[in-house]
Amino acid sequence: MMSNRKPGLETLSVHAGTPPDPTTGARQMPIYQTSSFVFDDADHAASLFNLQLPGFIYSRLSNPTVSALEERIAALEDGLGATATASGHAAQILALFPLMHPGDEIIAANKLYGGSINQMGISYKKFGWNASFVDPDDPENFRRAITDKTKAIFIESLANPGGVVVDIEAVAAIAHDTGIPLIVDNTMATPYLCKPFEHGADIIVHSTTKFLSGNGSSIGGCVVDSGKFNFAGRDKYPSLSQPAPEYHGLTFSETFGDLAYTMHSHAVGLRDLGACQSPINAWITLLGIETLALRMERHCENAAKVASYLETHPAIDWVSYAGLESSKYFDLRKRYMPRGAGGVFTFGLKGGYDAGVTLVDRCELLSHLANIGDTRSLILHPASTTHRQLTEEQLKAAGAGPEVIRISIGIETVEDIISDLEQALTGLELATVAE
Amino acid sequence: MNHDDYNDKYIIDVLKDTKTVAMVGASANWNRPSFFAMKYMQQKGFRIIPVNPGVAGQEILGETVMADLDEIDEPIDMVDIFRNSEAAGSITDDAIKVGAKIVWMQLGVRNDDAAKRAEDAGLRVVMNRCPKIEYARLYGELSWHGINSHVITSKRRRLA
Repeated sequence: MMSNRKPGLETLSVHAGTPPDPTTGARQMPIYQTSSFVFDDADHAASLFNLQLPGFIYSRLSNPTVSALEERIAALEDGLGATATASGHAAQILALFPLMHPGDEIIAANKLYGGSINQMGISYKKFGWNASFVDPDDPENFRRAITDKTKAIFIESLANPGGVVVDIEAVAAIAHDTGIPLIVDNTMATPYLCKPFEHGADIIVHSTTKFLSGNGSSIGGCVVDSGKFNFAGRDKYPSLSQPAPEYHGLTFSETFGDLAYTMHSHAVGLRDLGACQSPINAWITLLGIETLALRMERHCENAAKVASYLETHPAIDWVSYAGLESSKYFDLRKRYMPRGAGGVFTFGLKGGYDAGVTLVDRCELLSHLANIGDTRSLILHPASTTHRQLTEEQLKAAGAGPEVIRISIGIETVEDIISDLEQALTGLELATVAE
Repeated sequence: MNHDDYNDKYIIDVLKDTKTVAMVGASANWNRPSFFAMKYMQQKGFRIIPVNPGVAGQEILGETVMADLDEIDEPIDMVDIFRNSEAAGSITDDAIKVGAKIVWMQLGVRNDDAAKRAEDAGLRVVMNRCPKIEYARLYGELSWHGINSHVITSKRRRLA
């Protein structure tokens, strides 16, 4: 659109990154299912390998269908550029790769998806990367944990699974006081609910497997750069600010300006870590994103109704959904996610661990599985599944104690979702009596 | 002209009205940003005349390097400045003198006083941008590396 009107989120969801195919005129994005791309001649190949000419070499580095997805997510987040990855976990490693060296550390919220706590707390140590975890409810906890080795702060805008909202602006201010970027995982909120770059975040990561893809079919992730964090001349980030030996002394921040982080993520990150997204997964995710706004509206509406129903159920001790006035995150959520509180939340059963196992077993419409953000409603008992590697203390901090159920509300008829929960909860209110 | 935020149409018009570029501060070193930009723009059909007194008389990418703008005896559409912000001032004055239509200062280069002098003389000015990056962004090539082009269209994009 050549007018000065800025396209809305719904328009970007359908159009960004996918103009008609320049060769065939195909209106839907073609699936470029190819490993490699031919060179015109030796000079063309040299220009591509030297990063002097944009273009395709090999699908581990870039691929037309995957780059269409990258551009669409970058547009939805109002970012400068994006790098699609094999999964959300791959996105987290790719996001840190240009920033970290052995001995460096990140400060992360302790209220994160359990898989992220494992990845950062245990596996990162094998790279010589250290992570410390602090309670994000008091943003000053991040400031207190920062050392001269700290290269980034990592939070989830809307934390999985507990309906926790982090004060993004306060944490961004602390990161910038120290001259480090703030990375925000926006998977649970999606750009429909929250735009972290508007609140000072520098880098966004996604598991596209969830609400973006939206139908539980394709694993994928994405790193989005705002382009606002200036790496040029910053000795703290030598991968971007100092000559790269593998590109004959090219300095990314000098040659590519604010594109440096995204160029590095492709030319070095994907090249060497190999965690690229497949074209077919990117294509399915592009299809899913077309309906992001419609689905999110219904996910939020249904989740609010189910949360209200559960809050008054006698088998249930508490419901943690930032859309309920009883949530301590209600005001923060209204500030950062005015359109709704998302589709995922947790609740506590009076009957504890055993009641949790029974409830998920009894559900007939809700699926017992370890995913969120599907069109289908999903239910999970984190303590016996996704979060079982965590210690008792970590479980509590992550909002995943033994009595906790995580639920991801789909876009089915809401009365059917409530009806399935009602039959599954029958009798469980007696569990406390039996103890 | 708001030099903090150019709209796409302004940049497209500047690029469309440019055929011959005098690149001040062009480097003969193949891994310098100016070499990247020169090679790319040559491939897109621009005539690039390198200007660099330190290597005057030598060749870069098939073009003879000039010592200064005065030496060039053909019309120049754009003067592209790969020098620091301070040096951009006198280069802009030279660009006005030789009748260039556009002054373009590279990423990290900005001189608002010089820009005003150029605009008062009827030139168009772009600062703190790279014509290679803008061209690639606007014609879809940077999208190939995940960069947001901000282009929304139902028409086939023509690679010029």
